[in-house]
Amino acid sequence: MDLIFRCIEWLTETAALVGVPEPHRSWVAMVLLWAGVAVVVVLGFVLARRLLRNVAGKTAPKIEPVVEEPAVEEPAVEEPVGLLLRMRAGLAKTQASLVGRIDALLRGSQGVDEDLLEDLEEILITADLGMKTTQQLIQSLEARLAKGQASDPAAIRIALKEEIRQRLARESAPMDLQRATPFVIMVVGVNGVGKTTTIGKLAHQFVRQGKKVVVGAGDTFRAAAAEQLEVWGQRAGVDVIRQSAGSDPAAVAFDAIKAAQARKADVLLLDTAGRLHNKVHLMEELKKIRRVLDREMPGAPHETLLVIDATTGQNALVQARLFQESVAVSGVALTKLDGTARGGMLVAIGDELGLPIHFVGIGEGLEDLRPFDPDLFVEALFREDG
Amino acid sequence: MFDNLTEKLDSVFKKLRGQGRLTEDNIKQSLREVRLVLLEADVNFRVVKDFVASVRERAVGQEVLKSLNPAQQVIKVVRDELGRLMGEGEDNGLNLAARPPVPVLLCGLQGAGKTTSCAKLALMLRREKRNPLLVPADIYRPAAIEQLKTLGKQLDIPVFDSSPDVDPVKLCLDARQYAELNGYDTLILDTAGRLHIDEALMAELQRIKQALQPREILFVADAMTGQDAVNVAESFNQQLDITGVILTKLDGDARGGAALSIRAVTGKPIKLVGLGEKLDALEVFHGDRMAQRILGMGDVLTLIEKAQAAVDKDEAQAMEQKLRKEGFTLETFRDQLKTLKKMGSMESLLKLIPGAGKAMKQAGDMQLPDKEFKKIEAIINSMTPAERRDQKVLNGSRRMRIAKGSGTTVQDVNQLIKRFTEAQKMMKKIQKLGPKGMKSLMGRGGMPM
Repeated sequence: MDLIFRCIEWLTETAALVGVPEPHRSWVAMVLLWAGVAVVVVLGFVLARRLLRNVAGKTAPKIEPVVEEPAVEEPAVEEPVGLLLRMRAGLAKTQASLVGRIDALLRGSQGVDEDLLEDLEEILITADLGMKTTQQLIQSLEARLAKGQASDPAAIRIALKEEIRQRLARESAPMDLQRATPFVIMVVGVNGVGKTTTIGKLAHQFVRQGKKVVVGAGDTFRAAAAEQLEVWGQRAGVDVIRQSAGSDPAAVAFDAIKAAQARKADVLLLDTAGRLHNKVHLMEELKKIRRVLDREMPGAPHETLLVIDATTGQNALVQARLFQESVAVSGVALTKLDGTARGGMLVAIGDELGLPIHFVGIGEGLEDLRPFDPDLFVEALFREDG
Repeated sequence: MFDNLTEKLDSVFKKLRGQGRLTEDNIKQSLREVRLVLLEADVNFRVVKDFVASVRERAVGQEVLKSLNPAQQVIKVVRDELGRLMGEGEDNGLNLAARPPVPVLLCGLQGAGKTTSCAKLALMLRREKRNPLLVPADIYRPAAIEQLKTLGKQLDIPVFDSSPDVDPVKLCLDARQYAELNGYDTLILDTAGRLHIDEALMAELQRIKQALQPREILFVADAMTGQDAVNVAESFNQQLDITGVILTKLDGDARGGAALSIRAVTGKPIKLVGLGEKLDALEVFHGDRMAQRILGMGDVLTLIEKAQAAVDKDEAQAMEQKLRKEGFTLETFRDQLKTLKKMGSMESLLKLIPGAGKAMKQAGDMQLPDKEFKKIEAIINSMTPAERRDQKVLNGSRRMRIAKGSGTTVQDVNQLIKRFTEAQKMMKKIQKLGPKGMKSLMGRGGMPM
């Protein structure tokens, strides 16, 4: 079976290319070959049956039942004007780069032509909106142009703003803490996005709103993660439920929800270890945590918050998609928006996955995690004096 | 590896057949595809522009126009240029030749992976027979010092006893003195994550640099970074004159275009890559691998991840043994199916094989068929071992029995045997083609349809 070994050679090379560490390469290649051949046979079998069945006309379209969820409005925490100002301050960089450039571009041009659209495309891409979203936006602008709806730069600007707002606003249902007691928020995300810090800030804000908060240190993997959370807990004045490093995070989740119930807490914030979304076993671990929560308190977690780093590029969408598939993410917090990164992937995430953005992190301070409002966000992006 | 791009370029050039010769316009069209691929990989817009310009220059310079296979030729130019940009063949090793203790400084944005990289680096250096001292100089993030101490304990590598009340510059100087007295030859300085636009904290880094004159200043960057990578890297480089880059989280499925962006704007080599959460998952950077990854590997990456999660080394070796001994029979195929099942639902796997998804769509809905999967298993399970070893013995009555035993129809059984026999033939064909054939099989989901 010489062929097997030649294939394995090639697959080993492939594994090396994508960074599988040395001692594992050859057997990974083996497994891939193994699975690849099986897939081909299975697919052939299935396709042949499908085709036969289709010819026989037996395929009946499946209709998914549509479940409508009532949207509950949360009372505004802060008056919109103050919030707008704060968001604008945090977003100043984004504005300066994205909107400032769009404005400069539109001011400088006399009419609307191919060049203008191409330059707009560049600006959107460099804001990390992603190729797909950017092309959609440009196409919709072109469509408007063709209809004569946007004949001058100013109209283009308004149209662009509308289009982005539309994509962000889709299915935005705010968190309703009254829905359950304790209201369980599980925080997930890849490594280094700021999950623990976000929990610290959230705990502080909930306490300020007069809520009793318990925090669960579910990151038992990273060195000193629980200690880090404890410092945040002290700052916010909340209890942190933890176990020793290396223990089962599902057990921490169990302890945390029991403690939250016993102490009659309003909110339980559960931290989890950062994990790359393509690590199957780590995603399984996350599912287990979810199951434990649901078993101890049916319906929990009531919110699964995915934290995304604003500096992330196209991968943010993949992250959101895979976390959503595994643990039914219900909302997003976007962190580190105070740098020069523009967080444009937010638009694609809102558009393609329909995920509401709940919070944006715009600074290091305890107050700098802000509730996200798509209208305010776009408004802040597109202010005339930006 | 360049399948993705190759396919796109092939389709561009296919349209040209019959026109006799290529024009500059055709080149332009193919370069647009190159541009798209790079942008989708998060390579910075500016960098893509320059890159495409240099590819155009070479492509128009007759190399492509005259060739018989223009798509391959463009690919070759792209690959060469990417390799050149990524510093192919350069020596990316750390330069630690200096009077000990030699300071190495790690810096970067929050959450890039500095602390973990410090520990990994210390382990790597110790394996090279150096004697490193870890110095936690992040006094801002809660428990950052604690984190490095814990990691040091895990590795049995000493960590300087820092305290968050001490100025980081003084802390580093103290650590150097301590290292001198205690015979450590390398200082690994873990600094706090900071935004490149945070003037106060950037000034602090400059003071540390002034005071210690680190031999290596490594900028730690997350491989998932988007367009902003250029701004951050440029800024760190301007203010600190970095000597190299550590690219982290490369075990994710991001294409990692940031690597190209960072390299292009700073001109500094990427020296090391982080490939996992384990502390030995730090490797020397390979420019050629990175170039290929940027051009489109994400799906294969995920597949490999899944394979690794599903089977361990011993199991894989056992499979190999069996395959070698028995050849590709229904028996071994059944084991393959088991592995496949462990790797996740068929649907998620199929999505990963380019072309397979499309084929499914053509055949109907994408709801893939763990049910059908079970059917196949049931059919094979209903065979006798002898039948599994050689399906040629399956006559009509045997097939009837198998169909009854597995709750399927004789057509189903026939279909499976047909497909399997085809696959067997295919395996033989691949043998003649060699590795290249396997590549096209895996890359395009080559179906015997």
